[in-house]
Amino acid sequence: MYGALWRILPGPWWVRIVILLVLLTAVLAALAFWVFPFVQTFITTPEVTVDQ
Amino acid sequence: MSVGPETAPPSPVDAEGRRARRSAERRRARSGRRVSIVGVLGELLITAGVLVLLFIGWQLWFTELTVGNELKNEATQQNQEWNEQAAQTPKPTPSSTPTDEPSDEPTEPAWQEPPVEAAPANAKRLGMLIVPRWGADYYRTIAEGIGVSDVLNKGKLGHYPSTAMPGAVGNFAIAAHRMGHGGSLHHINELQLGDHIYVETASGWYEYEFRNLEFVHPTGIGVLDPVPQSPETPATERYITLTSCNPQYTSNERIIAYGVFMQFFPRDANAANFGAPDEVAATVGGAA
Repeated sequence: MYGALWRILPGPWWVRIVILLVLLTAVLAALAFWVFPFVQTFITTPEVTVDQ
Repeated sequence: MSVGPETAPPSPVDAEGRRARRSAERRRARSGRRVSIVGVLGELLITAGVLVLLFIGWQLWFTELTVGNELKNEATQQNQEWNEQAAQTPKPTPSSTPTDEPSDEPTEPAWQEPPVEAAPANAKRLGMLIVPRWGADYYRTIAEGIGVSDVLNKGKLGHYPSTAMPGAVGNFAIAAHRMGHGGSLHHINELQLGDHIYVETASGWYEYEFRNLEFVHPTGIGVLDPVPQSPETPATERYITLTSCNPQYTSNERIIAYGVFMQFFPRDANAANFGAPDEVAATVGGAA
């Protein structure tokens, strides 16, 4: 899977690494700002209040 | 490369050798494809594992940074609004009548009855919490009510509506997350005897002093009593109570931090830092 990705990418090895780093950053940003906040809404967080 | 008779010279058995080589290649190709299916599965599983780890890291550290920054900006903005209001109305509450001449001894300001504001509507901002022990960047909104989705999960501290307001005789009790959603009480267990806990409202800064921690069951509502854990005792002092979850990451118990009221610093447009105590100047003066 990742091997195929490496083979698909154009250019010499250092260009591929740069492209991969950019892709990785984009994926991480998407996770942090959209995916994880969405997932969070399905996860119960510890309760912090004493029962009224 | 464990191909045995590969470099045999051209000979009558050439055809046979070629056939053998071809079948070996085919075998290698087939086995290569099989490995790649398992490989893809493995890579997917590794990816899933990394995603889970990333999510945990995001929950633990990333949200604390982003939500913390957001809340600090919000608080700084509110602080400036209140400062402007104070500047426009030079003497909103002439609480301290200048009875005596400015004496030459620079003593502590005389103890004065702190003002008590009316509670805001549910989920509206009541004030801000400043705890120097948790760093000058710790500047977070306290909202009215302990709603999970509208207050606590936004990283704010929630005021138990049944308890007193800051400065009132009785108990001012607030709750917040310890992990995730900003983790506004992440370091509640690091408070030391005598640490100051400030609550800032439009009228000024209420200084509380941390006394002790307590651990109770989730049903331990005694911590909200006007005199904590003494439902029969009429209150004569002003307390602050912080509640969060314990052990960290779980809901099995609650960790409680108590403080007592020490003094009030009125917001004053003519004073340095609008009358904020020196200890919080770095926090409230962040964007002055």
